[in-house]
Amino acid sequence: MSGVRTLPPLAAYSLALGDDALILAQRLGEWVAHAPQIEEDVALANIALDLLGQARTLLGYAAAVEGRGRDEDDLAYLRDDRDFRNVQLVEIPNGDFAVTMARQLVFSAYQYELYTALGSSGDATLAGLAGKAVKEVAYHRDHATQWVLRLGDGTEVSHARMQAGLDQVWPYAAELFDPVDPASRLPGVAADPATLRPAWEQYVTSVLNEGTLTKPEPRWRSRGGRDGLHTEHLGHLLAEMQHLHRSHPGATW
Amino acid sequence: MNHPATTADRAMLLAVARSVPDPELPVLTLGDLGVIRDLRLVGDASVEVDLTPTYTGCPAMAVIADDVRDALRQAGADQVRIRTVLAPAWTTDWMSEAGRRKLREYGIAPPGPAAHVAGGPVKLAFSVRCPHCGSPDTREVSHFGSTPCKALWTCRSCAEPFDSFKAI
Repeated sequence: MSGVRTLPPLAAYSLALGDDALILAQRLGEWVAHAPQIEEDVALANIALDLLGQARTLLGYAAAVEGRGRDEDDLAYLRDDRDFRNVQLVEIPNGDFAVTMARQLVFSAYQYELYTALGSSGDATLAGLAGKAVKEVAYHRDHATQWVLRLGDGTEVSHARMQAGLDQVWPYAAELFDPVDPASRLPGVAADPATLRPAWEQYVTSVLNEGTLTKPEPRWRSRGGRDGLHTEHLGHLLAEMQHLHRSHPGATW
Repeated sequence: MNHPATTADRAMLLAVARSVPDPELPVLTLGDLGVIRDLRLVGDASVEVDLTPTYTGCPAMAVIADDVRDALRQAGADQVRIRTVLAPAWTTDWMSEAGRRKLREYGIAPPGPAAHVAGGPVKLAFSVRCPHCGSPDTREVSHFGSTPCKALWTCRSCAEPFDSFKAI
């Protein structure tokens, strides 16, 4: 697949946001039949489905803006890992339920601020999607918040595991707010990631405080997902996600 | 249609599109849900429909589009084009009174007002009445249910579980 680098800025921006949603949807789907309660199987599948819907809109838009005849399926199934533009946070393995909830808190609180900002984007498609998706993400964020509070302010064991989950996920949080090249070339259209950080910080800090948890201060941080630099985990995820489509090109139900 | 399209045709076709049942909740029509946003006649026998999804990932959308297309063809439209519109975002406030009543009779608690949800944290402090016994003494089991649009609740009075349509 040819060069993500040559995409028009608007296509590249949509692709980056769409890849975040797509890869996290795939990860969350892995919980189905493995969550601690059947209600959580259902909840995580629902959240994954919302993210998949957002990903389809964003990848479809990226393909349309690119204008070279590709569609959402080509972008989802026929790119290799180096052409994915998601942050590393969404590709790391699920870990235990507390790790997944820590990631859900970090990511849904970020996405909530992102879609709130994009609601007033000068681009009608991005603004339309954001206005819709922010309502879905409000539920995701609340779901994660309830679990972080419940585990953090629960028993000694649940508190320790929730804290360990936060410690594991936190090094990947800063990357969400790194400058994104296409965003800086799309004034009035894209949301500058750095501007989303204060509100995100305020929200997650208040949840951690209420849950008697300590905000981690990691000694390292991830970077590079938006430039196609990924952990070794993404390739394995893509192998599972793309295998059917690549083995049976053009197959339909 | 083999005659020039008229305003009456548009009204008739709009009524046809709105009367199509929802594939997941067959007690509701698409008109009850409020997802058919507009219908335009293009030329003599061609129709364009604006459809808005309830949730971006709702898997029923493809079936809904097919069902609308079939119904309009049977009503005389030769060509039907379905446009997906995202803005303004669908809200449960667009659900008709008849739709709310039918949901309750079907065993699903209808959505409360969505205004307080928009742009703010999800507060679910208001009481949801049990659709089986009418008691307000109910509790939410999970924000998420069998379809994207519903949450799982249970009634403390009659002890029956039930689905509640989420206000968004």
